[in-house]
Amino acid sequence: MSEIRLEKIDEYRWMIPPVGGMRVPGIIYSSEELIREMGTDESPKQVANVAHLPGIVKYSLAMPDMHWGYGFPIGGVAAFDMEEGVISPGGVGYDINCGCRLVTTRLSLDDIRDCLQYLVVALFRDIPTGVGSKGVLKLSVKEEKNVLEKGAKWAVDQGYGAPDDLEATEDRGRMEGADPEKVSTKALERGREQLGTLGSGNHFLEIEVVEEIFDEAVAVAFGLEKDQIAILIHSGSRGLGYQVCDDYLAKMVKHVGDLGFPLPDKQLSCAYLRSNQGRDYLSAMACAANYAWANRQMLMHWTGETFERVLHKSPREIGMRLLYDVCHNIAKIETFTVDENPPSPPLEKGGKGGFFGKGGLGGFSDERQVKLCVHRKGATRAFPPGHPSLPGRYLKVGQPILIPGDMGTGSYVLVGTEKAFKDTFGSTCHGAGRVMSRNQATRASSGRSIAKEMAKRGIIVMATGKGTLREEMPEAYKNLDQVVQVVHEAGISKKVARLRSLGCIKG
Amino acid sequence: MEIYGKTVEELFVNAAFAIGDLMTDLQNVEVTRARRIVAEGTDWEDLLVNYLREALYLFNGEGLLLGDYAIIEIDPRHVVGEARGEPFDPDRHRINTEIKAVTYHQALVRETETGWIGRVVFDV
Repeated sequence: MSEIRLEKIDEYRWMIPPVGGMRVPGIIYSSEELIREMGTDESPKQVANVAHLPGIVKYSLAMPDMHWGYGFPIGGVAAFDMEEGVISPGGVGYDINCGCRLVTTRLSLDDIRDCLQYLVVALFRDIPTGVGSKGVLKLSVKEEKNVLEKGAKWAVDQGYGAPDDLEATEDRGRMEGADPEKVSTKALERGREQLGTLGSGNHFLEIEVVEEIFDEAVAVAFGLEKDQIAILIHSGSRGLGYQVCDDYLAKMVKHVGDLGFPLPDKQLSCAYLRSNQGRDYLSAMACAANYAWANRQMLMHWTGETFERVLHKSPREIGMRLLYDVCHNIAKIETFTVDENPPSPPLEKGGKGGFFGKGGLGGFSDERQVKLCVHRKGATRAFPPGHPSLPGRYLKVGQPILIPGDMGTGSYVLVGTEKAFKDTFGSTCHGAGRVMSRNQATRASSGRSIAKEMAKRGIIVMATGKGTLREEMPEAYKNLDQVVQVVHEAGISKKVARLRSLGCIKG
Repeated sequence: MEIYGKTVEELFVNAAFAIGDLMTDLQNVEVTRARRIVAEGTDWEDLLVNYLREALYLFNGEGLLLGDYAIIEIDPRHVVGEARGEPFDPDRHRINTEIKAVTYHQALVRETETGWIGRVVFDV
């Protein structure tokens, strides 16, 4: 591990005390085992680096799936004051609004057992995957700008899905403040032919079966039951999002030199939220987020068409329904209640319900409502029951959280909690998290056929890229059950259901 | 990735070549197109990162596989170069490693007694 001192707070939290230029402490959600497995991973140092940024509120957080990223760690969460704080493209990541959507059906495992192979092959044929893959559309720049402004609604207006889908999408699939004029010609060019494509790397489309229900009442509200077939789609904003991140990183590397505060890592380059540079990035980032939502909306629509071709039943007949769509690489302006007068000393351990003050972020004394810019890089929003941003049907139970695992495991559905809202700016983990880099995984799987190994486990996998399956082999990732157990036990989200992979297509 | 060159021009050419070499088998890439690469930077590291960004964009944005580079003029804040290759054709070319971005992580350019050394981390 890097030379960073970790102090254990309780069974699931470790603190990095503020030293040097750190403005706040770091807090890592993890377990003894996951901390041990982290080995020489530099991500704790990155948690500490993020704590150097101006206007950071309370602490620099990391979720149990934390691993090394560029600038911010993957699994990092940090909130910034709107006046004194910054926005950092590196705190969002290259793949802006990379995220997941889970589509449920009324099919059971028995209904598709005999045609599973056909379904996977048909999905692989019908859904564009792989490096630089092109979709069926080539958008005019004018139309592309409509996508960037309207997000998933653009896709629904074009006939890809139904208005109900928007209800079940974070931010209704459209982030406010998107201004296509803030997106470069290069980014627009990269985005024109990639809308409606899955991409490569860890992106996938997977047929799953609900294996276990942990919380019956919430599962009913989410429309989940045992043995049910569901489809999980994991994709993002493709080349457009990458180019937006890259363009603004370059701008901010130049800009940050004039701001007069030292940065421990150039990849943390940033701008004040109140500045033109900061606002421009937020507008461009919102465009990329909207592109990603339109992308996942289209991928879902085509998945329905493929199921119809194979099963000869329409999406309506098989009860296809979007459970929810979450983003896990994003910065959002959200309102929280902050305790203005935390007890002294401010770094005192413990405290009922939160690390700072009586109620953590949502304390009950001297509290005020504040808008903060929450960066979630490889972290998922986890809003509690009653939050006004939730769709009506989930208002009583809380926000659905989708946690994809490696291709041999499956995924989890969790639900947001009050504790997450108080302690982690309404955030939880986003996946299993890598333990091996792509190169390490390729070396470690030398001479093996991952597709055959998966088949032995009853999982059909197909990939476009020659090395994708090896890079994405299950051992390259942390144990998903352990990661989820941490957030469940720590109370920043609660387990609802576990799904098992049946078939998976990758780029 | 670490790159070497006898001169700074060679370092830049070798770094850009490495992108194409990591992505595909360059022996299968013919020279039918040429593009100019222009980049600016605040120092050598920044310049190298920005130059490689432009080189990478020619694949990611324009779909060109490039294996033949030259530097026309260079100083620590400015570089003009040329790249030659052909459009990516999925029937003839195979992408071995996708390079998604050039990062600032640990970027380094140094002149040594024997030449120039550079380090760049790609997001793959």
